[in-house]
Amino acid sequence: MSIKLNTRQVGDVSVVDVAGRITLGEGSSALRDTMREMVGKNQKKILLNLGDVSYIDSSGIGELVSGFTTVTNNGGQLKLLNLNKRVKDLLQITKLYTVFDVHEDEAAAIRSF
Amino acid sequence: MRENKQQLPETVERFLDSTLDSVDSAEELAVGMAQRAGFGEDDLTRIGMAVRESVVNAVVHGNRYSAHKKVRFSVGHNSHKFTVCIADEGEGFDFESLPDPLAPENIMCTSGRGIFLIRSFMDEFQMRHLDMGGTEVTLVKYLVSK
Repeated sequence: MSIKLNTRQVGDVSVVDVAGRITLGEGSSALRDTMREMVGKNQKKILLNLGDVSYIDSSGIGELVSGFTTVTNNGGQLKLLNLNKRVKDLLQITKLYTVFDVHEDEAAAIRSF
Repeated sequence: MRENKQQLPETVERFLDSTLDSVDSAEELAVGMAQRAGFGEDDLTRIGMAVRESVVNAVVHGNRYSAHKKVRFSVGHNSHKFTVCIADEGEGFDFESLPDPLAPENIMCTSGRGIFLIRSFMDEFQMRHLDMGGTEVTLVKYLVSK
């Protein structure tokens, strides 16, 4: 499997640990499905932990944007945690780095909601 | 400065099925050759991503996953540059009118960043309509700084 997603609850924040490749196909679809499921359950505080993401392409970036928009339109917040250099560079190149609230420490990210 | 550790020119051409598996194959082939040509890790990452985005465009937007259409994929290098050509058999598109993904009105779009990323990662990027139909893109990365 190219992607692995694990959801856990820390207080009222849903943390999604993402590992593997967020690319067109299985990876981006799995992330999309998880985000939709969480919005469907009316989750308002979602933290995507991307620390173990080895690869992301433009489709994966698109799913991050889509998730952000969907969660925000639902009155919630979507934040990012543990961006590696590759993901960070991509978000900076595409001018999306300042759109997301990005954190390097989980505890601080949780407190920021 | 990138050093060309492999002086011998190398060229490979493949006709790929219009599937996502072909995207992986093309990326692997290109990165392997780029590594032999002497590119460092950062450039290998950029080349891999540019090739992936290009082949995805050919498979998804050009050939629309058609089992009857192939993606012509060639990758090669000589002493000074690394070149990838990807051609689809699609209807073609107006690549002069692509929206700017960095424009404020497009920042939150969920697609449309592929070609922008290719241009960002490669030294040269060209697109052309093929006389027989379809679109061909050419990606170039120089082995020695120009």
